[in-house]
Amino acid sequence: MSPSALVEIRDLNFTYDKRPVLQGINMTFPKGKMVAIMGLSGCGKTTLLRHIGGALKPSRGSVKIDGQMMQDLDSAGLYAMRRKMGMLFQFGALFTDMTVYDNVAFQMREHTDLPEELIHDLVMMKLHAVGLRGAHKMMPSELSGGMARRVALARTVALDPTLIMYDEPFAGLDAISLSVIGDLIRRLNDALGATSIIVTHDIQESLKIVDYVYFMANGVIVAEGTPDELRACDTDFVRQFVHGEMDGPVPFHYPSGDYRQELNSQG
Amino acid sequence: MAATKTIRAIGHRIVDAVWRIGSATRFFILALLYSGMGFKRFRLIIKEIFSSGVMSLIIILVAGLFVGMVLGLQGYETLKRYGSESALGSLVALSLVRELGPVLAALLFASRAGSAMTAEIGLMKATEQISAMEMMAVNPIARIVAPRFWAGVISMPLLAAMFSAVGVFGGYLVGVVQIGVDEGSFWAQMQAAVDFREDILNGVLKSFVFGTVVTVIALFEGYDAQPTAEGVSGATTRTVVNSSLAILMLDFVLTAIMFRGN
Repeated sequence: MSPSALVEIRDLNFTYDKRPVLQGINMTFPKGKMVAIMGLSGCGKTTLLRHIGGALKPSRGSVKIDGQMMQDLDSAGLYAMRRKMGMLFQFGALFTDMTVYDNVAFQMREHTDLPEELIHDLVMMKLHAVGLRGAHKMMPSELSGGMARRVALARTVALDPTLIMYDEPFAGLDAISLSVIGDLIRRLNDALGATSIIVTHDIQESLKIVDYVYFMANGVIVAEGTPDELRACDTDFVRQFVHGEMDGPVPFHYPSGDYRQELNSQG
Repeated sequence: MAATKTIRAIGHRIVDAVWRIGSATRFFILALLYSGMGFKRFRLIIKEIFSSGVMSLIIILVAGLFVGMVLGLQGYETLKRYGSESALGSLVALSLVRELGPVLAALLFASRAGSAMTAEIGLMKATEQISAMEMMAVNPIARIVAPRFWAGVISMPLLAAMFSAVGVFGGYLVGVVQIGVDEGSFWAQMQAAVDFREDILNGVLKSFVFGTVVTVIALFEGYDAQPTAEGVSGATTRTVVNSSLAILMLDFVLTAIMFRGN
């Protein structure tokens, strides 16, 4: 393992219901860098993220974080490891029965014995970083999609994690919120000296902020490189994905029988 | 062929049901095991007692009052035939304390608080709040399930007691105030007939059992729900149906054990 890598995935295979979801995945996430995992919906991105978070165990291969094999950890070890991680869920996953303030304070109260005054200052600092200090008394239901995502971001970095995972951080956001979140993710990563993994299909926004990209399709890595390399890349798949072409190596049609025969068979 | 198919379908259903009862039991044991943290943060239990217990008060009190009033009316009509109207007090109190209080309060609790618990936890699951908690290294059974479980177990006997108390008052309103049964004999007969250990403690024990069962079913259904709109609505329905059936069946079993030969 190279000393600069925080997360290393080697020959990761995962089979669900006899269907191979991930096959022979090799990835390296260097410390302090932001790496994107891109691909179409259903290509195994989120499953991969769940392996890194220790929520799933691989059928074969390994996920090593900070020198420790995730699949060898018992639940206490796993929880200890997760304290060093932060994860931003697709739609924020804010606790709907708590205010913005309590959401951000949640982990501080659960995992530390800090006095409430100190927690107050920390929460305000985190909320200030995402520009929502003024919204600390609001309930999640009163927030817009973009605001909720920013609060979730503040909650994700509440305990200054060394590894931050983002599951579709740009999904369902308007253009302004999108670039605000993108910018915040980059700035928070650099300010915390953290390592970030972004699972997304928003290629334009992520190519602006990440250091390295893995492209996945049908459970395998089909391309990888820095954003500049990928923009210059001329393989069919990357071109189709970057330009959003309808048909190509990723077919428009779900596998099906002969069309002519299907139409005739009904009458 | 059709017969084999039917038998197979029945078998599947039974295996499924046994499997679910097993999972629910395992879930119940986990909730007990992880209760330590819930007690450490007692304010979480207090908060849940407010949302499941206190918020059910209105329906419990109103229902109790009307059930008591109906008992007063029906009881009087029947007792009058035998010239023993003065026994109205003991009839109302015994029916409520032994049966109607624990059973009806539990049925109302299942539909008011149980369904809310299932829907809340199911939606927490559907919106990934439970996964988020796990990723934050906080055990959701300890943080979400255990406080709600204890809140249900603590609230249920209290609600049943209030149901019975208000019901007795309802019986008094109709029997004594409206119909004119002698007030002295109403209360005196009640005092003489109701035994603390035999009637009141057994009633409390029943409501404690019902509270445990209803809360476990509600929490399990929520936690086990498919994380979709249909999944959560199905789970909420199952909570009300299954806990109502469980209450009525357990009531028979408990009554048979407690009052046999009396």
